[in-house]
Amino acid sequence: MIKNISNLGDASVYCDFGSEVNENINSEVIKYFNYLSKLVKNKKIEGITNLSPSYNKLIISFDLSLTTFSNIKNSLEKIQIENEIKHQSKNIKIPVCCEDKYALDFDRLTKKLKLNKKEILNLYFSNEYFCYMTGFIAGMPFLGDLEKNIRCDRLETPRVKVPEGSVGITEQFANIYTFESPGGWNIIGQTPKKIFNQNEIENPALIKPGDRVTFYEITEKEFLNWNE
Amino acid sequence: MSETFFEILRPGINTTIQDYGRKYLYHIGITVSGAMDLRNHKFANALVSNNTQEATIEFAYQGPLLKLKNGKINFAITGDVFFKILRKNSKVEEGKCYKNYVLEEEEQIDIISTKNSAYGYLAIGGGLKLKSFWDSYSINTKANIGPNNGKKLSINEKIQIKNTNKVQASDRKIDYKNESNNYIRVIKGTNFDYFSAESQSKFFKEEYSITNLTDRMGMRLKGSTLENIKSTNIKSEGLIKGVIQVPADGNPIILLNDHGTIGGYPKIAVVISADLDKVSQLTPNTKIKFKEVSLEDAENLFKSYLSETNKYLNEIN
Repeated sequence: MIKNISNLGDASVYCDFGSEVNENINSEVIKYFNYLSKLVKNKKIEGITNLSPSYNKLIISFDLSLTTFSNIKNSLEKIQIENEIKHQSKNIKIPVCCEDKYALDFDRLTKKLKLNKKEILNLYFSNEYFCYMTGFIAGMPFLGDLEKNIRCDRLETPRVKVPEGSVGITEQFANIYTFESPGGWNIIGQTPKKIFNQNEIENPALIKPGDRVTFYEITEKEFLNWNE
Repeated sequence: MSETFFEILRPGINTTIQDYGRKYLYHIGITVSGAMDLRNHKFANALVSNNTQEATIEFAYQGPLLKLKNGKINFAITGDVFFKILRKNSKVEEGKCYKNYVLEEEEQIDIISTKNSAYGYLAIGGGLKLKSFWDSYSINTKANIGPNNGKKLSINEKIQIKNTNKVQASDRKIDYKNESNNYIRVIKGTNFDYFSAESQSKFFKEEYSITNLTDRMGMRLKGSTLENIKSTNIKSEGLIKGVIQVPADGNPIILLNDHGTIGGYPKIAVVISADLDKVSQLTPNTKIKFKEVSLEDAENLFKSYLSETNKYLNEIN
């Protein structure tokens, strides 16, 4: 259920589903997201331009020349969702090279976590991750949950450029930078695998909310000679 | 009939194709993109009798030098832009913004620079011949999405123009001045209470300057650093254009058209829709101040912004 509805600026609605991050709350968000996507697709609601589901929030952007915050809020309060659309979840394996030049933040991580690189990587690779959402940049998956001993804050000042393919961790989450972009996550390695492809218009993102992901380590040689 | 096109003799610093941008794609991480200054994008199109959604060529600071091949076109440039037209008879004509021109085969448009602003727009009568991606021609160079493989335009490339047989001299023009006050109106963000009372009041009282770390993605500001008393990270959640987020170093960042779709820094405020074009045009070292308005005021200011835009559009038509 939505716990609170407020405005984010003058052209978006901020739906708060709670402060916890877990699969239950995330499934509620996805349920609303799917329902609203359908309303938009069938032109049953006017002015919505974007829907951003995340761990425990749903942001609805709208065209202020067509509707207003109070219109959308009123429609939301009337919505009753009966059956949810089940997501077909996939298992995806992602190769990662963790040689020092691709693993940018081990100095920081070893100090903060008081574990050595090998221990951190062992904990990282032994887990299976659930995809809560995709975004920030095209196709970037937000995966969880990391083992408790390798949870660490974001960088104090985000990097201006994180290399494409970088695998990052912060708090209980892991992600993959699908493009070179600014970013503040701790980088533990890089994958040669293409995670997003704009020429696949119908299905551009390899990993989707609800999918399960595991990572495995590869050598630099395998990284450089990677062939999809 | 051979194809009309521009040959790019100089690409300029960051020349891309833009329109209204993309919709319904935030959830897979594809941002809106589109023209940074939507009003000037619309005016450029209207001045050449295009639909206002037609793709234009957006340039930043130094613009392109373009030579027209195989045909004749109408064009218009908007923004605060210094440009010249190199005519066939070797005459150099000073260009005026907000005015329709005819360009003949082999003539050139030399867009030298924007003045006290970042972005300008070049519209071609009939539009450009491009492949669309998710119903938009906008180029997002950060994610390599859009025509031209999502890359900015570069030297010796061609820009294909839709052939049109309606090219003729036109007196379409407007008398328009870009706004230049440096007050940016905002609504408090969803994490306003993450900041100390002192920082909350500093945010509205003190000046911030635009740094060099400014592009189509966002604008990093410098000024009084903001003290976060709750948590410097939030659980990553959706973002929109105009959000002002504050990372742990206390320096605010205003998100612009190519912004990431999700982020984990607290949101102190959001720029109102009516001021987004103006914010996009701010250049490094400019000093700004934030002013708080209510949601109701923001909605009314947007109505005025729209009716002013439409007033000029009607003047053109």
